[in-house]
Amino acid sequence: MTGATARRRSLAVPWRAPLAAIVALAVAYFVILAGIVSDSSQQLTFTSAIPQAQAQFINAVTIGAIYALIALGYTMVYGIIELINFAHGEIFMCGSFVSWWLLTTLGFSGAITDPLLLVGVLLLAFAVSMVVMGIVGVVIERLAYRRLRNAPRLAPLITAIGVSFILQNIVFVVVSNSIVTTPQIIPNTVLTFGFFSISLINLFVIILAVGLMATLQLFISRTRLGRAMRSTAIDRDAAQLMGVDINTTIALTFFVGSALAGAAGVVQGLYFGITVFNIGFQAGLKAFTAAVLGGIGNTTGAALGGFVIGFLEVISSVWGQGRWSEAVVFGMLVLVLVFRPTGILGQQLADRA
Amino acid sequence: MSGRSGTGTPPVAAGGTGRSGRASSPVWRVALGRVRAYMGRHQSLSIVIGLALFATALPFIVLLPPLNGFGTQKDFIGGFADAGVFVLLAIGLNVVVGFAGLLDLGYAAFFAIGAYTYAYGASPFSGLDIPFWPMLLVGAIVAAMFGVLLGAPTLRLRGDYLAIVTLGFGEIVPVVFLNADTYTNGTNGITGLAQPSAYGLFGVNGFGFTNPWPYFLTVVLIIAVAFIFLYRLQDSRIGRAWVAIREDELAAASMGINTVTTKLLAFSIGASTSGLAGVFYASKLSIVSPDQFGFTVSFTALAMVVLGGMGNIWGVAAGAFIVYEIQAQGLKQLGAFVQSLHIPTFALGPMSVDLGSINFINFQYLLYGLALVLMMLLRPEGLFPSRRRRSELHESPEEAAESNEELVQA
Repeated sequence: MTGATARRRSLAVPWRAPLAAIVALAVAYFVILAGIVSDSSQQLTFTSAIPQAQAQFINAVTIGAIYALIALGYTMVYGIIELINFAHGEIFMCGSFVSWWLLTTLGFSGAITDPLLLVGVLLLAFAVSMVVMGIVGVVIERLAYRRLRNAPRLAPLITAIGVSFILQNIVFVVVSNSIVTTPQIIPNTVLTFGFFSISLINLFVIILAVGLMATLQLFISRTRLGRAMRSTAIDRDAAQLMGVDINTTIALTFFVGSALAGAAGVVQGLYFGITVFNIGFQAGLKAFTAAVLGGIGNTTGAALGGFVIGFLEVISSVWGQGRWSEAVVFGMLVLVLVFRPTGILGQQLADRA
Repeated sequence: MSGRSGTGTPPVAAGGTGRSGRASSPVWRVALGRVRAYMGRHQSLSIVIGLALFATALPFIVLLPPLNGFGTQKDFIGGFADAGVFVLLAIGLNVVVGFAGLLDLGYAAFFAIGAYTYAYGASPFSGLDIPFWPMLLVGAIVAAMFGVLLGAPTLRLRGDYLAIVTLGFGEIVPVVFLNADTYTNGTNGITGLAQPSAYGLFGVNGFGFTNPWPYFLTVVLIIAVAFIFLYRLQDSRIGRAWVAIREDELAAASMGINTVTTKLLAFSIGASTSGLAGVFYASKLSIVSPDQFGFTVSFTALAMVVLGGMGNIWGVAAGAFIVYEIQAQGLKQLGAFVQSLHIPTFALGPMSVDLGSINFINFQYLLYGLALVLMMLLRPEGLFPSRRRRSELHESPEEAAESNEELVQA
């Protein structure tokens, strides 16, 4: 296509500025964490607190990666049909149950030491969970949201809340009403690079999340389907006139967003070793906060917001105030909405209230 | 649009039969029409009469079989008093969702604030002993103040942000009540709240766990007052402003309506009704704890409003009552009924199904979720729609053309 050389009007802002922002934030966080750790236990000075701060830093990045993966789905769906998809957090929860079901059915319960088998099982778990949740997302869009695309604004929102409760309670009634232990198949190895050490699971999650996000960016900015998504987000009618198949494009958006949430669900099981039918609600709210924080409709911003939320949570738990972390996150949501509704990255949004 | 009705048979014949039918309508129909017209002119009176009739009939209905097999009359009356709490919640939420078209997903937070206000006003925990009746007002005012605090910054934003902010607020409030344990007694909650007193009026003395009657009467009274208040609001200048904002905010603003204050008013009136319900609820249970006010309460209230018919006060109240009774009695009795059938366990593929062991109460939120989605897709105006909603949502092109034709003929 000759059109590929045309000027790209991207849904996302250029990624270099956010990357610089992430690096700057990371340095700031590291200093804050080290400060808190050295302060909270008397024997530790600032320098001797650094290893502990480093572990917490990696923990924060990992948790942030999970939120970022979920936030991407929120922001993509909002960007394209302006719907807060309340059911998205439940997709994440269902994803964790799919991987739990798969891994226990295959008979795994602990770490897999054979590297080849480990890679194979991980690939399978992610592929199955992502495809299944992607399909679930498309089905939800087809059955519940598509017919309401031109209905009053309240209707799809209420439907989304309903779908969220349906998913949550199907798992509650059919699968389990209590906490489920998921197999942590990645061995608990710590890799050390000079003075920097990281455990295998953290490294894996971070690489996976960054890889998925980079792939998503490439997909949105470079492919034909990505271009269809961007143009639908900018102006649905105009895109349709230009020959974009709106229904397919929206379904595709749901597929990609839900697949990312499915991947986050697998990570939840691998990293925390537990899942429960109601994790989706809280995780969804936090991920939505992340999406708003980064600027809703903006995929790079969602990733950035996810990491910020991860850090907020870890900082409050290191501080010994972990029980307030939810209040802090939602307080942040309100503040951002009131003072900077366009998010950190400040993309201009048309107000179509 | 007009093509279909244009090519079809002209609706003159249909109109003709309709008119003759109206002329020769039976006596009861005329009487019903008269009653309707009278009720329309004397709305407050008809609310009082209607609620009084309903509240008088209820205690007798539960004595009839098969209902009398499900519990004593006293149990039922206590249950109706609890149902009344949800009726209050639903008609309050209806102001926000149904009238003004704002989605409030943190409605339980105001319920919690009302309940905790009563707990501070009348319990050994605070050492205060303020009587129940003034506390009703105080609870409503405190809840309304929090509504303004939350609404003032967020109601300027677009509608769906309000949904998420209220959702977050609804999550924070129980978390605060849970974690600020110095002030709220944490997980254990505040116990030993004073029960209301009627000061021997009408021979009523003891509000108590063993005597649910005064609670039942009180809640009917509160509902009646709230009904009258909300009906008058709905027909007032403010009520029309709410509808205008719901339909088209931009148009409403350009007609001179201050959209932020009008929305704020709806939001805080909804919150105050919820606070009122909270005070009553706390006084009846005599205990408040953070886990009573989770998101499921907000969700249940929303399901009641949507099922009943957004914007129709009577419909929403009926929806709340029905949903509450299904939840409290229906599912339990269904479970008992299925169990009594002794259906043998049968195999369904690899699973073995034992219908008798199913706990139907677990299905309630699944049912609410399904109800919300199905209602939005199939019957968005609710089971008991308000006239305005029905005409908005179901005005087919033919009907529109017909009404135009009628206008032309007249």
